[in-house]
Amino acid sequence: MAAVFYISSALAILATLMVITRSQIVHALLYMVLSLFSIAVAFFSIGAAFAAALEIIVYAGAIMVLFVFAIMTINPQGEKTGIGIATRLRAWGLPVVMSLIIFGEVLYVFVHATFGEAQPKFVTAKEVGITLFGQYAVAVELASILLLSGLVGAYHIGRRKKS
Amino acid sequence: MIVPLDHMLIVAAVIFCIGLTGVLARRNILLTLMSIEIMLNASGFAFIAAGTKWGHPDGQAMFIFILTMAAAEVAVGLALIFQIVHRFKTLDADAVSSMRG
Repeated sequence: MAAVFYISSALAILATLMVITRSQIVHALLYMVLSLFSIAVAFFSIGAAFAAALEIIVYAGAIMVLFVFAIMTINPQGEKTGIGIATRLRAWGLPVVMSLIIFGEVLYVFVHATFGEAQPKFVTAKEVGITLFGQYAVAVELASILLLSGLVGAYHIGRRKKS
Repeated sequence: MIVPLDHMLIVAAVIFCIGLTGVLARRNILLTLMSIEIMLNASGFAFIAAGTKWGHPDGQAMFIFILTMAAAEVAVGLALIFQIVHRFKTLDADAVSSMRG
């Protein structure tokens, strides 16, 4: 089972690298879907099956489909206006350096911290449901209000005004 | 523990830093939004790793909340991008550089 986690997380990292370096948006979208599926497999392999299913259904199945619809509607011309990667190679130096510094700090913290050992336990959907609607019930209500506000806001912002 | 916790957190950190690089370096607004989604997904990964380490369902509950927030944010962000494309006719982030008045 550990091999499944390492292989899928390596695939997720590779796919995410391909997402940010593509010049065509549709290629980046498809690599993003692949990355989300790989992360879902990694979730399955460490025992978080409910989160893996939710990731596939909501993230790869709803949010990425929203992106696909947006790109189909916007119909971008990526190459002609020069928003590709090849024309902006100079723009990658500082972000890569800063990200490597941040990753180095995070790596230092994680390697030098002492995490205790724990028994492997498969967390079921029933436990997550009991926790959500028992302990975090207020947060669930707030999340629903957030979704309502996102819905109303997206409708209002995206409306074409005739005047 | 089949996978050590620091390995899982390191994977989450790598994906987060890749998303951070994408946000800073890409000029296309849609790809910036996608890189923000990568970062949110990586932080959710860290929460689930912490949750499975202790055997609690709290990590997955937090992941559900992050997913909810990401969905609402993508909806509003895409509506804003539609308006930008409608007015400026381009997806270039550098083209949206002036305010009227």
